[in-house]
Amino acid sequence: MIAFGEGSLAVAVSAADREAAIRASGDLLVASGRVTADYIDQMIAAVEEFGPYIVIAPGIALAHARPSEAVLETGLSLAVLSEPIEFGSHNDPVRLVFGLAALDHEGHLEVLAALAERLTDQQFVNSLLNACTNDQLSALLASERAE
Amino acid sequence: MRIVAVCGVGIGSSIILKKNAERALVELGLTATVDAISMAEVRRDSREANIILTTVDLAQLLDGIGPEIITIDHVIDKHEIKEKLAKALL
Repeated sequence: MIAFGEGSLAVAVSAADREAAIRASGDLLVASGRVTADYIDQMIAAVEEFGPYIVIAPGIALAHARPSEAVLETGLSLAVLSEPIEFGSHNDPVRLVFGLAALDHEGHLEVLAALAERLTDQQFVNSLLNACTNDQLSALLASERAE
Repeated sequence: MRIVAVCGVGIGSSIILKKNAERALVELGLTATVDAISMAEVRRDSREANIILTTVDLAQLLDGIGPEIITIDHVIDKHEIKEKLAKALL
């Protein structure tokens, strides 16, 4: 499985608030064929229901909803925000918004764990933040898979 | 021993918590089952768990549920999880 599909990455995304930031990562999941547009509303409903726990580390959010009919294929997306956004979390402000769609509870475990591992490396996080083009992002995330 | 890693819907943070907790347990020489579950599931099925691992925001919603709750500030931080599991279990 290729975690980040074609069209799932974007740099310099402007978002006015938390909902827009989540929507941006959801749009990329739609663009890369992983979910239908309904999933984006489910992502926003999830953060409204459970709060900002999706901000998994300083500056990094993992936006997602539960597996549903709106998920076509398991996958990830990443929107790098041009301006940091407050999510209401102790790990605010957020500039990296990953989108996650999963068909079930276990299928994406290894991919997600590998990504989480890589995100503990501040240098890697900085290079994601500093990527100028979508292709640069893609290259950075592809090198992750090679490891 | 059973540890449950809890997040809102059971596919994001809880999966990362589960993986990091499993690794920490091996390093600490401890044996436990770690399951990633959702908030809905933990409310139904918390009695058999010895420890709940979750985030600060979600822990507030689980106040009074029963098992000891360990809150993790940085879900991806393996050292924090290991330190907190060691403190609770050793």
